[in-house]
Amino acid sequence: MHEFLTGIFFWIAASVCMIGMLVRFVLYFKGLSWQLDRVAYKAHPIPGLKGAFRSIYKWVIPFGTYGWRTQPFITIVFFGFHIGAVCIPLFLAGHTIFLDSKLGISLPALGANAADFLTWTAVVSAFFLILRRIVLPEVRILTTLNDYFILLISLAPFITGLIARYQVGDYSFWLNMHILSGELLLLAIPFTKLSHIFLFFASRAQLGMDFGIKRGGMKGTKMAW
Amino acid sequence: MPEGKYCNKQPANTPEEVNFLLSDTSGNTYYQEMEHLDIDSDLLWATIQKTLKSRLKTWLEICAHCGMCAESCFLYQVNNRDPKQVPAYKIQSTLGEIIKRKGKVDNAFMRHAMEVAWAQCTCCNRCGTYCPHGIDTGIMFGYLRGLLYQQGFVPWELKIGAGMHRAYRAQMDVTDADFVDTFEWMVEEYEEDYPGLSVPVDKEGADIMYTVNAREVKHYPEDLAEAAILFHAAGEDWTVPSKGWEQTSLAMFAGDWAACKMQVESVYAAMERLKPKRMIGTECGHAHRATVIEGPYWAGRENGLPPAQSIHYVEWLAEALEMGKLKIDPSKRIKELVTIQDSCNYIRNQGLKDATRKIISYIVDPGFFVEMSPNKEHNYCCGGGGGFNGIGKFRKQRNRALITKRDQILATGAKLVLAPCHNCWDAIRDLEEEYEIGIRWSFLKPIIIKMLDLPDHLKPEE
Repeated sequence: MHEFLTGIFFWIAASVCMIGMLVRFVLYFKGLSWQLDRVAYKAHPIPGLKGAFRSIYKWVIPFGTYGWRTQPFITIVFFGFHIGAVCIPLFLAGHTIFLDSKLGISLPALGANAADFLTWTAVVSAFFLILRRIVLPEVRILTTLNDYFILLISLAPFITGLIARYQVGDYSFWLNMHILSGELLLLAIPFTKLSHIFLFFASRAQLGMDFGIKRGGMKGTKMAW
Repeated sequence: MPEGKYCNKQPANTPEEVNFLLSDTSGNTYYQEMEHLDIDSDLLWATIQKTLKSRLKTWLEICAHCGMCAESCFLYQVNNRDPKQVPAYKIQSTLGEIIKRKGKVDNAFMRHAMEVAWAQCTCCNRCGTYCPHGIDTGIMFGYLRGLLYQQGFVPWELKIGAGMHRAYRAQMDVTDADFVDTFEWMVEEYEEDYPGLSVPVDKEGADIMYTVNAREVKHYPEDLAEAAILFHAAGEDWTVPSKGWEQTSLAMFAGDWAACKMQVESVYAAMERLKPKRMIGTECGHAHRATVIEGPYWAGRENGLPPAQSIHYVEWLAEALEMGKLKIDPSKRIKELVTIQDSCNYIRNQGLKDATRKIISYIVDPGFFVEMSPNKEHNYCCGGGGGFNGIGKFRKQRNRALITKRDQILATGAKLVLAPCHNCWDAIRDLEEEYEIGIRWSFLKPIIIKMLDLPDHLKPEE
């Protein structure tokens, strides 16, 4: 089982994820239409790029935009979850060794304390993300079963990873569960709302170009939209 | 009954057809007929497949249902934070549903979608600047309006408005001759006060080609005279086209994209005919949005720009004051608390906030200008944008929507509100009528004319 999960299934999950992301990313930009979107992308590449860059850059910084600043609770919970969700898969010591052995990519490894902190922050934040969905009427009305499903498959690697990390129960069973849930997550990325992992950058870039070219950028507005 | 006499899928194209629609008092029969209007699901789905590209598709798909857009929407705030007013919900439950059902929706659904599209969104685009994913619900509502218009589910007044553009290339039944005659007549009225005042019609190669809002011609002709006086006082070389003078587009509010194209092309043709250095439009928000910001795309101009450089009236005013073309008598500056309404269409959607503030610095004594909160790009819609002001059927919802602006104005303590936008101006007038908070409101032109320091040769002979 372990061999299968770290062998062929890893390769399948990783390739589907990477190729899927790449294809959808390219299709997104190919599907933009200057006339229907009403943005002259090609005619004004520099203001467009500036707008796209500013739009992405400001929104990935905690409290970097007016939007983040007006809603501090969701901002903290959001970044609490997402920083862990991005850093742990890539920089946890065990993961870096695995990625190095598989792909020959050597990434810097997080210290044990930092990794624990980020993981717990992500899990606690996710709890609040779920709580928001249940408690706040304006979020509840939008929430579908699919949203819980996405949260579940995003959280599963964290939970199983923590169980393995603290050696609760059968370590090798939970390690396998951890790897499996991580790989299922990879498989889901291109086909579900998890596609926002890369389409976030596409969508933000588009709106950044829109405002950068047409809606103020060329008039000198420095807003991050 | 599939197609009604008044309510059907056919646009009104001629003066006769527009008049016929108008003959239905308040659209009563029109809305009755709408209850039986069939949906052409095949056409609806085919249109979606042809026009729903990756941007909108992705927006609908990746919406994380986080609800961060809720607080950004003044209609959500003002309607007791009704979850059904959350922007993401409004668009997912209308456009999202139509797509999910591949266009197979029924009459009741379409009438509901019409109410959401025109009475629950003013296309102010504020939510778009609050979404982490950059999802601009206002743009999607614009798209939805187009689909609804195609199927005949459009508020009566806006079908008429779009029809006016088709029949007259103006938002009202104002002909080209009416426009020129009215402008000339108004200028004559003021000739004695301003010697040499004139309105150059169809002058080629002028520095400025001026375009207006048809309702100025029909209901507020002083505005035309005021524009002439200010260009005259500034010593500008300006002209108006006898054809292609209308800058507004109710067709944009209606989602009648074909009429949008017709309208804007008439203005662009005037630019190409008269070859002005610049085009300047009147103090209107959506007119600028239609003709300068969105229009080039309707007309298929790949560079996204009109044929001549086009600026908003506030940009010209700021420039004229800064360059000293217009001189203000400091003793006549505003000496009472005053605030300004930032129009969504050219402040949030074109970043012209500095121009209006520059004007303020010339016309208001220091210490008397109070910003609304929030302001500039984050300002709230006046409450009547996107066609909301003009729709009788949704008047109750519109009046409720005015509460946000009322409270923003009250919080400034100002009794005078500058509103360099026809739509905002109307909404603020209506909110005073509805809630009686004791305010005055004004365009910039009349205020500035009163405080002009005219050079001697422009003063009336004693």
